[in-house]
Parts: sequence; C-alpha cells; structure tokens
Amino acid sequence: MLFAHGFGCDQHMWRSVAPRFEASHRCVVFDHAGAGNAHPDAYDVDRHSSLDGYATDVIELCDELGLRDVVFVGHSVSAMIGVLASIRRPDLFAHLVLIGPSARYIDDGDYVGGFTDEDIDGLLGSLDSNYLGWSAQVAPMIVGNEDRPELGQELTESFCRTDPDIQRRFARVTFLSDNRDDLASVATPCLVLQCRTDIIASEAVGRFVHEHLPTSTFVMLDASGHCPNLSAPDMTADAIECYLAGASQPA
Amino acid sequence: MTDVEGPSTAFFDALLEDDPAELYETAPCGYVSIDSDRTIIKVNQTFCTWTGRHRDDLIGKQSFLDLLPVGDRIFWETNIAPALQLQGFGRELAVEVVCTSGDTLPVLLNLSRVDGAGSGRSVVRIAVFDARERRAYERELLRARRDAEEAAATSKHLAETLQRTLLPPSLPPIDGIEMAGVYHPAGDGTIVGGDFYDVFEISDDAWGVVLGDVCGKGAAAAVDTALARFTVRASAIRTRSPRRVLSDLHDAMERSDTQGFCTAVYLRVRKRADGIRLSMAVGGHHLPLLVGPDGAVEEFGEPGALLGMLGPPRLHEVNRLLAPGETLVLFTDGVLEARRGDEFFGEDRITEILQQSIGSSTQEIATTLSDAAIDFQDGHTRDDIAVLVLRAT
Repeated sequence: MLFAHGFGCDQHMWRSVAPRFEASHRCVVFDHAGAGNAHPDAYDVDRHSSLDGYATDVIELCDELGLRDVVFVGHSVSAMIGVLASIRRPDLFAHLVLIGPSARYIDDGDYVGGFTDEDIDGLLGSLDSNYLGWSAQVAPMIVGNEDRPELGQELTESFCRTDPDIQRRFARVTFLSDNRDDLASVATPCLVLQCRTDIIASEAVGRFVHEHLPTSTFVMLDASGHCPNLSAPDMTADAIECYLAGASQPA
Repeated sequence: MTDVEGPSTAFFDALLEDDPAELYETAPCGYVSIDSDRTIIKVNQTFCTWTGRHRDDLIGKQSFLDLLPVGDRIFWETNIAPALQLQGFGRELAVEVVCTSGDTLPVLLNLSRVDGAGSGRSVVRIAVFDARERRAYERELLRARRDAEEAAATSKHLAETLQRTLLPPSLPPIDGIEMAGVYHPAGDGTIVGGDFYDVFEISDDAWGVVLGDVCGKGAAAAVDTALARFTVRASAIRTRSPRRVLSDLHDAMERSDTQGFCTAVYLRVRKRADGIRLSMAVGGHHLPLLVGPDGAVEEFGEPGALLGMLGPPRLHEVNRLLAPGETLVLFTDGVLEARRGDEFFGEDRITEILQQSIGSSTQEIATTLSDAAIDFQDGHTRDDIAVLVLRAT
C-alpha cells in the first residue's frame, strides 16, 4: 500500500492509519517533492507545475521500489494524483482509495466545486500572512504528547522544511486543477471516502467523483473536517479494511 | 508614608483577587473554544465586543470557520487542522475574523487542543489577539521584500542585456585565422563589468582586434565600455597605426564625463601568404602571451601607459608575423588577479595552462583558461573575465 499525503501536510498524517495495514501489506509512506523531509533537489518548478508531474513521481516511485498490485491511498489532492498515475500505468495499481477527493475545486457553470477564483487568491494571501509566522509555528516546543516525545521533534524538523514558495505553488496546482474529464479513464477500482462535513471537498464534490469513475464504491465517514486520517484514523482504516476485504471475496 | 501605602496596597490586592470568570470575560484577548465540528461552544466578552457579535448567536450555533474569509478557511483545513491533530497546538497563526460590520479584523491565533479523557472528543481553545498594526506592518515588509526581489531580477536582466551589447554576439570568420572569445561576469552577473573585446573588419584584408578593461563597474563602466568600443572602431577606419588608435581612445576617455580610464590591447591584423601580420599597441594592459606550436610561451609586445589619465600616454607599436600554428592569447586582470585568500592566480598558472594547450582549439584554450580562473576562486568571481585567443592556420 502506498500512502500519499495532500496539500498542507506531509507523510506524518498517516501515522495512525498506515500501521493498521502493516501486517497484511507492504506499506510505503512518502513526502511529495517540496513537502516534509523530501530532498530539496526533488522539487522542480516546471515538473511540479501540474499534477501530472506529481503523478510521474508516484509512477517512478512504484517502479523504483518494484511495487505491483498497489493499493494507492491518496488524501485530498493526492487522490487526483493517483487517478492520473493509474490512467497512465494501470498495470501498477490494484485499487485506489480516494480520501476527500475533488476533481475540481472551483465552480464552473453547473458544477459546484465549492470555491471561486477569489477564494483561492484569499488562500494565497493567507499563506503570505503566515509566511512571516512560519518559523513561529514550528518553533521547537515540547509537545503535550508525553508518551511519544519523539513526535514533537520529528514534526518540528519536518515543518521547518516547508518552503513557503513551494507551498504557494502547490496551492495553485492543487486548487486550479481540473480533472473531471480524467475520471472516466480510470480502469482501477476505487473507494471514495467522504467526510460528513468537509468544506474543502463537500459531499456533492465527492459524489461527483464517485459517479464519474467507472468502478467505484462510495463510503460516507461520520467525521468532520478534511482529514479523517488524522481526526478519525480508526474509522478511516476500518473503512479501507472493509473495502479491501470485500474486494478480495469472490463475487 | 504608611497612610498612603495602606489604601494603595489594598487596591492592588483587590485587582489581583479578580474573579476568574471576570478575568476570562474581559481579558485583553479574545477566547473561543470550539468542538471537533468547529462549532463555537464557549466565547468571552472581549471576542464578542471586537467582532460585534452576540454570545447567543455564537454558542452552539456558529462554526468558528464561518467567521473567517474563505481563503483562511481553506488554510485552516489544509494546514492548521493537521498540525493541530498532530502536535496538539498552533502558534501565531495569522487569519482574519469577519465582524458584523462587514469589516475584517486581522488577528493572530494561539491554539491548544484538549482531549476529553476516554471520551474520544476534543476541544480546541483559541486565544485571539488583535493584530491590526502588526499585520499591516508585516504586509508592508512582505511587499518590500517582493519589490526587492523583483528589482534584483530586473537589474540582473538589465545587466545581462547591457553586457551582451558590449560584446560581439559572435566573432566574424576570418580566412586564415582561428579565433575564440570568452566572457564571464563578476559575481552573480547583476552588475555590468568593464571588460570588453571586439573584432571587426577594417578593409578587405585588414581586421581590428581589441581587448580591454574599463575601470569600475555598473552604469558608469557600461558607458565607458561603449565609448571605448566605438572609439576604437571609428579610429581604426581612419588610421592604420595601432598606437594612434589607442591614443584616440585615451583622448576619448579623458574627455568623457565619467572621468574613467581603461587599459587596452589593440591589434591590426592582416592575412599574408606566410601567416598573419600583426601590428599591436598596448595601453596599461598586461602583455599578451604568444604560444608556439611546441608549447613555448613568451610575452609579446611592449608595455604602454594607462589610457584616459595622466596626459598623453607613452605607447609603442610592435609588428610581427604570426606563423601558422602560433597562437596569441589576450586576457584581462580578471584571470591574472583571480584570488584565493591572499594568493593570485598569476602568470605562472596561465603559462602552465598554455604550455599544455598543444592540440587544443582556440575555443578550448579560452574556455580552459577562464574556467581555471573561476575554479581558482571557487566560482566566486570578484572581477569579470575576458579571454581572446587567435591562431594563424
């Protein structure tokens, strides 16, 4: 299983989900180029100016590690990165698990993505406002999590390496992408996990993805926010486990 | 004294014994507590006053995120929420809160997550600080930074463009002469340097070749470099004497507004059946090096005075036939005086490179020499570098 994080975080967001599958699967977590602890040289302004560049990274990662029959678990924008990768290399993937996916964030005619161009400008402004505060957010502090003190250290290091310029670019790539037409080309069976209240990817947006994928299962999680892998990790893992168990049963 | 101290102490004590609830309500910062749905479950009076909202409209009814502009909501869900889940706190997060007046209040938020033991539920406590002036100042800083980055990029582009106009885009092909030039700017290329070279046709069988170094850098040097290049071109048409050409250059520099001066090597080159006839004058510049077909290296020419200052310069003219296989190497002090610590690159290293250049093309020689000087300074070139190499074929 390959776990891909979304915009705004890094591989740490899988810390309570991925271990659940370690007994049954080879689990790989990674940081996208420009995020977390990824090598600074991995990020290329041109290559990563579209989700296709990130999809190429995923394909190269699978080839490099010799991964086959991959269960790709993509959160947020990584759901579409997985969609693109599976279209190009269907041979690599057994299942796609799409958590909080959106094929397009910006409204377009009858399509409701949930946001306007101005909203995305607002996000960039918000990133700018926190540009100066970035180091304050990541100041080395002891985390309240006393049973796992190593976590605080890890996070501080990882968050420190988030380059605000890359963050801005990734925000643009994420929120200005439109992958609605790609969905029909996905041959890999998919699981769409939708949070009950998610302002980033609403239920309508999740259902659009589900309805336009040729083979897809839709599961509503009783969780709020955009990151059930963090706020409701057990519920998330249960849903994936259940789906994979069902998929492996003979019809 | 005791009469005054008594009541004052009592007053102070009364302040310290403030009712905790009162302290919460009228604290000099806003307090908001939200549940995992982002719904406000507790709020203090300060926050209500700042935003013009009523407590009854907020508690249990209002999502805290809905009080933020959409951009901040996205930022919250993609950046703040994961951090809050992972590390349990957030510090100095810059967002805006929409007030009932329609205005937005720039605030900084400190957040801490409190987990209800065993309940699986958690509450996030938020301290809200009025940050109007700080944020205005920060925006100013950010704008200044962007402007500075933009100005630096524009300046680099201008410098590169200007520099290109001061050098020939490519050297003209001359029958019987193999020739190559290399230019490398100082530092990161944001400042126009004073090194220049030029090769141009004077008549059907004669060519002018000049390499020089105008003192200084930047706009003034660019003006002088352009002046030098065009003075040499104009003068070379009028006179066959290299000494005269450099003398004209001296006059032009002396008359220029910039009070600049320069060094230069000027060659008049003519193709002959037995090789290339060189006539050369040198003004204040290091003598060119002559490399024989066997790799023997020797200086060529006679030193002359700096151009553009100290009255009419003493200049000498030398003539020589450059036989086939012989190579003449012209370079600026960016090569000679390339420094590593207190050590100069120096003539010995140049000589050594040229001795080993047998079989190399003129392009290879020019590049090797320039690269060696750049590497010697670990890439941090303090001065620009120009190298011109010509060989009789």
